[in-house]
Amino acid sequence: MAQKDVEIILMRQLASYLAMPIFLVDPAGSLLFYNEPAEALLGRRFDETGEMPLEQWATIFPATAEDGSPLPADARPLVIALQKRRAAHRGFWIRGLDGVSRRIEATAFPLEGQGGRNLGAVAIFWEENSP
Amino acid sequence: MRITLWGTRGSLAAAGPETVGYGGHTSCVEVRGRDGTFLVLDAGTGIRRLGATVGPEVARVDILLTHLHMDHIQGLGFFQPLYESEQEIHVWGPRSATLDLRARLARYLSPPLFPVRLRDLPCRLTLHDVPLEGFQIGGLKIVAAFICHPGPTVGYRITEGSTTVAYLPDHEPALGASNFPGAPDWTSGFDLADGVDLLIHDAQYSAAEYPEHIGWGHSAISHTVGFAAAAGVKRLVTFHHDPGHDDLTLDRLIEEARGAFELPFQLLAGVEGARFNLAGR
Repeated sequence: MAQKDVEIILMRQLASYLAMPIFLVDPAGSLLFYNEPAEALLGRRFDETGEMPLEQWATIFPATAEDGSPLPADARPLVIALQKRRAAHRGFWIRGLDGVSRRIEATAFPLEGQGGRNLGAVAIFWEENSP
Repeated sequence: MRITLWGTRGSLAAAGPETVGYGGHTSCVEVRGRDGTFLVLDAGTGIRRLGATVGPEVARVDILLTHLHMDHIQGLGFFQPLYESEQEIHVWGPRSATLDLRARLARYLSPPLFPVRLRDLPCRLTLHDVPLEGFQIGGLKIVAAFICHPGPTVGYRITEGSTTVAYLPDHEPALGASNFPGAPDWTSGFDLADGVDLLIHDAQYSAAEYPEHIGWGHSAISHTVGFAAAAGVKRLVTFHHDPGHDDLTLDRLIEEARGAFELPFQLLAGVEGARFNLAGR
């Protein structure tokens, strides 16, 4: 398995220390890591899910819009950040692997390395009612 | 390849009777290929003495900078070949997000920090923003990659035939890692060091000193040993010795490391003047 870029390694290490839920993907959208606060929100430990492609995580963590309609993957802030290389934000419902649906706000931004390298994207989740 | 250590000290030159054993000059390593290819890894104060050995038979010198902290560039202006009008010199190093290598290096090689401007050096000088994919200099294949250290910093992996050396003089792969060394793909610098014949690696701190210096970009010797073991290196040379560590302290740290771990490789302390001949397999 190819070594991750140092910026991605440092991002994971930073995320592992932060108290807000963070979700990290590579340039193809594949899940690289989510931290412990995100585990609580997504209903399963990262060690149990591991890395997975975009299609898979978008399926096992289904999202719905405010009106209850399914939210397609390319409407999620993380995928917008990844594909359009800009920050994105919206509120939606996400169902974790514990079967619980939670209303969250997600803020996502692309990760750009030295020399304009596309490294992936990061999403920060804000759970409604969380402090 | 023939590797010679001209400066193994980190952060600040540390001359004096208490450091004469390991040497007091800052980072500088000479790499000579079988075909005469001449690389200089970093331009710490050790480069001055190296410069005195460069004769007219050397057509080209390539200086590969890992980063632009002062202990890695301070000797550059004292490298005699820079003042030889016929000498071809190439300097490679990382650009920043906004400045290329020339602009960054000119901050040091210009008044008031240095009397001679970079553009006024008489040699045939070419500056290169180091590419992050593999490149070739003479008979040596070189790979540069960003590694964990404050500011844009690369490590180098240099291969000649089946023989490889890795140079990561300033590196903190344990930063923030909860279980270091973890998975190879999540360990900074791993691909550079993977299976090399010789790894020259930061070992600035003792295990007791490291907690006070987390995030400074350097390794405890225990981390260095763990990193080398995970990467499956054949030989490890500790490098970037803390300027506050005298010879007795460095002797003790190396002996403690040898005694504390079941080492699957040869552990050597980086001593100024040491030479390694890496024969191809």
